[in-house]
Amino acid sequence: MADVTAMVQAGARAGAGEGWRAALARKSEAVVLPVGALLAGLAIFGFFLMTQGKSPAEFYGLVYKAGFGSWFSWQNTLSRAAPLLFAALCVALPARLGLVVIGGEGAIVLGGVAAGALGVVLSGASSWVGLPLMALAAALVGGLWIGTVGALRHYRGVNETIASLLMSYIAIALMNHIVEGPLRDPASLNKPSTAPLPDALRVGNIPGAELHWGLPVGILCCILSWALIDRTTWGFAARIAGGNVRAAQVQGLPVGRLILGFTALGGAFAGLAGFFETSAVLGSANASLAAGYGFTGILIAFLARHNPLAIIPVACLLAGFEASSGLIQRRMDLPDATVLVLQGFVFVAILLSDALYGRFKIFTPERWRT
Amino acid sequence: MSTSSLSRRHFLMGTALAGSAAFLGLPRMARAEALDKLTVGFIYVGPKDDYGYNQAHAEGAAALKSIPGVTVVEEENVPETIDVQKTMESMINFDGATLLFPTSFGYFDPHILEMAAKYPDVRFEHAGGMWQADKHPTNVGSYFGYIGMGQYLNGVVAGHMTKTKKIGFVAAKPIPQVLLNVNSFLLGARSVDPTITCQVIFTGEWSLAVKEAEATNALCDAGCDVITCHVDSPKVVIETAAGRGAYVCGYHANQSSLAPDKYLTGAEWNWSKVYTDMITATMAGEPIPNFVRGGLAEGFIKMSPLGPAVTPEAKADFEAKQAEILKGGFAVIKGPLKDNKGNVIAAEGEAFVETDVKLESMDYLVEGVLGSTS
Repeated sequence: MADVTAMVQAGARAGAGEGWRAALARKSEAVVLPVGALLAGLAIFGFFLMTQGKSPAEFYGLVYKAGFGSWFSWQNTLSRAAPLLFAALCVALPARLGLVVIGGEGAIVLGGVAAGALGVVLSGASSWVGLPLMALAAALVGGLWIGTVGALRHYRGVNETIASLLMSYIAIALMNHIVEGPLRDPASLNKPSTAPLPDALRVGNIPGAELHWGLPVGILCCILSWALIDRTTWGFAARIAGGNVRAAQVQGLPVGRLILGFTALGGAFAGLAGFFETSAVLGSANASLAAGYGFTGILIAFLARHNPLAIIPVACLLAGFEASSGLIQRRMDLPDATVLVLQGFVFVAILLSDALYGRFKIFTPERWRT
Repeated sequence: MSTSSLSRRHFLMGTALAGSAAFLGLPRMARAEALDKLTVGFIYVGPKDDYGYNQAHAEGAAALKSIPGVTVVEEENVPETIDVQKTMESMINFDGATLLFPTSFGYFDPHILEMAAKYPDVRFEHAGGMWQADKHPTNVGSYFGYIGMGQYLNGVVAGHMTKTKKIGFVAAKPIPQVLLNVNSFLLGARSVDPTITCQVIFTGEWSLAVKEAEATNALCDAGCDVITCHVDSPKVVIETAAGRGAYVCGYHANQSSLAPDKYLTGAEWNWSKVYTDMITATMAGEPIPNFVRGGLAEGFIKMSPLGPAVTPEAKADFEAKQAEILKGGFAVIKGPLKDNKGNVIAAEGEAFVETDVKLESMDYLVEGVLGSTS
């Protein structure tokens, strides 16, 4: 109940026309704290590097060079970010309802298989017919998969975290069965795959860049998700249910439908990631779909504090870390796990920073009220 | 090859005439003449120290570091997604690599093919792929070794050492390369005693330690007393099997240090020889053939030294059969032979020697293998 009251009060204050300084103070807390935590995480990791006899300056210099220092680096980073945007949405949307869904990997994999399978059936169709249908199929399968997690939660009281994780293993096993069995292209000898998609059913690159259309679509999905959560009554109801499910029920909000809708929507986005992997990158569905994007997505969603707009920069940041992993291995002779350790430090720092909200007077609107 | 290097030379002359400013931004032109410097990039799908597939390649790469003028850059744990494309580009752009060895099978299509089209002056050498002149670019090559022969020799030793007449195989996926190894292992053992059976368990993944341990335990429970495997990292299988008291035969690399008493022998890649030859040729300005294959005789694969448990009879038989293979023309798959569903694989007098490309599309388990490909 407390959350609802706070939210209503906050709304009332905003409506009452608080001064711009107060509004700025309130908003900047949500930016300054995570950024501060990020910098703290990077700094602590720097000390860790020094204990290993490596130079933090060289390390961050290489991260910049390989992740953000040139157009090639940006393309590298952004092409890695594309699937992560969708994967993070699959975590962030249910999280607004207080659900921790960590099995987006399953929806990505099955979405990719659905797109690949439909592509085989549709070979000969034009891009304008085939690609939307494939995307739709992928979103549908992903939505059903994660929607099932929501349904299990709502109707049977099954813990959604465990259910989604275990279901992702089932999804991967199912994918292996499908691409190694019924839908295997006999020509794919040592790498079992579905039949290669015809060129018309391959998603191309954005003109002038080596980035496929998954990136702009992913960004669009983040913006739409933000609008859904922040600008619609559905989103408002979801936030209330996420704050206090009993209060939401007492108020007569359709909690069941919200849970099903938000989990299914998250799953549909993850399914789209699979569609783009199959159609833009791999050219057929195979085991490479299970590349761990779903799990990196969890990290991104938590770092973005489940804010769909914040997912965009956070996904780029983590993609940039991953893009630099290679150069770090090659130039500094550090193992591949280095970037994982860095991600771990940043993750812990940002989680700890959650405890700091409201602790700094400078961010309280009251202080700045005129 | 010859026509393309000719056109490259023309291109070089053209750019030189037009002024070299534009040339500076381009990757270094491919080897028409001897080189004094070469940067080679190696990409692995797993960790470099996995006691298996990736370690075998990394040991090969390490052998190159002593060649003057050669710089080796490496990256491990690169997934078979857009990641590997970007890793290749990063090695080309940041390190100036002109010869790349993306070593995982799954890197080939579409990743290597796309990068090869984009960087026609960089050479891409791929392990295990089926390069075809009519389908694939000329700056791509594929190389592989007939390691099934090594599993056959593993089987010969296993056939002598097994008491239960049951041997076991932990396999990743039912694909041709793996099936050939399973079949060769059993046929090696059956060359000693035709009543031996081999149980195979597929884990479904190239690297999944938990399932590999479960599969190994299941094989031990079923009475298998010599176990080998084909997964990316044999470490778990070797340690688990040896812990259960079974003998083990290695794969990919030498795992004898993991089970000194129980390790019989192992089928190892000998990439250091293959890579050294390829790099030496490149440095001398000679092209690498696009399709390279070799076996025991060519030094592409080798056997681990026999372990202390191996009996003198087993040793004698192993050495005799190894000598026979080294002569060339040896066939593991030869008639009369049926698969384990009763279909005839090879009629009386029919034989598939190791170089037969038909073996690279194998889809059956031979009679005596307990297990199913699907």
